[in-house]
Amino acid sequence: MSKHKSNGYDNNVALLIGTRKGGFLLRSSSNRGKWKLEGPFLLGAIVHNMILDPRDGRTMLMAASTGHLGPTIFRSNDQGKTWVEASAPPAFPKVEPEGSGEAVQHTFSLWPGHVDEPHVFYAGTAPVGLFRSTDGGENWEGVAGFNENPMRRTWIGPPEFSPPGGGGLHSLQIDPRDPRHMYIGASMGGVFETLDQGRSWQPLNKGCEADFLPDPEADFGHDPHTLRIHPLYPDVLYQQNHCGIYRMDREDGFWVRVGNNMPKRVGDIGFPIVLDPRDPQKVYVFPMDGTEIWPRTSPKGKPAVYASSNGGKTWEALRKGLPPRHGYFTVKRHAMSADREAPLGIYFGTSGGQVWGSVDEGKRWRKLVDYLPEIYSVSPAVFAA
Amino acid sequence: MNVMIPSQLRSYTHTHQVQCSGDTLGAVLQELDQRFPGLRFRIVDEQDRIRQHIHVFINKEMTQGLHQPVTDADEIRITGALSGG
Repeated sequence: MSKHKSNGYDNNVALLIGTRKGGFLLRSSSNRGKWKLEGPFLLGAIVHNMILDPRDGRTMLMAASTGHLGPTIFRSNDQGKTWVEASAPPAFPKVEPEGSGEAVQHTFSLWPGHVDEPHVFYAGTAPVGLFRSTDGGENWEGVAGFNENPMRRTWIGPPEFSPPGGGGLHSLQIDPRDPRHMYIGASMGGVFETLDQGRSWQPLNKGCEADFLPDPEADFGHDPHTLRIHPLYPDVLYQQNHCGIYRMDREDGFWVRVGNNMPKRVGDIGFPIVLDPRDPQKVYVFPMDGTEIWPRTSPKGKPAVYASSNGGKTWEALRKGLPPRHGYFTVKRHAMSADREAPLGIYFGTSGGQVWGSVDEGKRWRKLVDYLPEIYSVSPAVFAA
Repeated sequence: MNVMIPSQLRSYTHTHQVQCSGDTLGAVLQELDQRFPGLRFRIVDEQDRIRQHIHVFINKEMTQGLHQPVTDADEIRITGALSGG
């Protein structure tokens, strides 16, 4: 591997940015005060997600497709200088009669496996499917316990009920205490839990509303937008759902709509949700207008991150530095995240191609880069030395 | 036979045309994939359907099926269909 030029930007927080037209890398100086853009990677490719494996600090995966070509996954071990395509990207089994089976439309989300399984990765797809690689992302196989589960179509509904772009498996969360214990979140399906590394699954949607279903208290068919468990307290779960912001304390086994505590004029609709990796009571959301025809932009054109420091009991607007008005931001579910620094850095990318960041837990925001294509994902990472 | 490669696939072939053989379009694409690994899946899905925005012409006729017979005298043209944004 050739040595990368340092210039004071190596081994600090970097943001891996997936966009509708390629991948980018935004490196920070040591105090996260300056940011430098690199890329694009695969200019023109639709990059739904791009991640760095936190376990080795080297392996980057990028889920890519184009308007014409089918979906695949690229890997890089040299900080994005070169990319190699997976030998066997995620694909459903071929079924007979020919042409009647499902096909992966795009890989929607990428996830490193448990720390005790260093070469394992997971991928969530649209249509909703779960795939696993055990060789660092080179070859992918379906998790049969989910993809071929006889209940799967019942859980996620028929294809014609999928949201635009196809329902996606957008979230996978692994219990740091046990690699067999995982949760997934799927559009128009809900939250599901496995205790045996994906062989069997159970819905976990009790208490969560689904006001678009005939039975709003259905066991499945819900629409989580983002699901997160806390890395230090993995029995604390949060989700930003189509029907609000929810928290579950796993021993209780039901979701509580903590978004009811948001200001009514703002509401609790949005797509991303971000947890402070050191404090399970601190949570950040980016509310969007979910009224009438769902503009999916900042309510009343006043963009703000809303934060809670008490598990959702109360919420505070964090908007210093953001446009005070006429800011019609749309932030997609993978496009907001936090680093692991102190104080916490929080970042979000917009459909207008801007990346905003705060390195003081949201007290003040700064535009880090502008004029990128529509942003699909923002993933903070630190490369290994 | 001559297979014309669109710009979207030249990261695989590094050339705009390739000489291939095969009795059917499917066999030709299989050979292409052996020589240029990964190419086939970008234009044909796992159910052997030609992807929505890919068109394949055999001479001047567009096909949607991998079973279509071909001969060495045919020219196959793979194109990225015109599509927006």
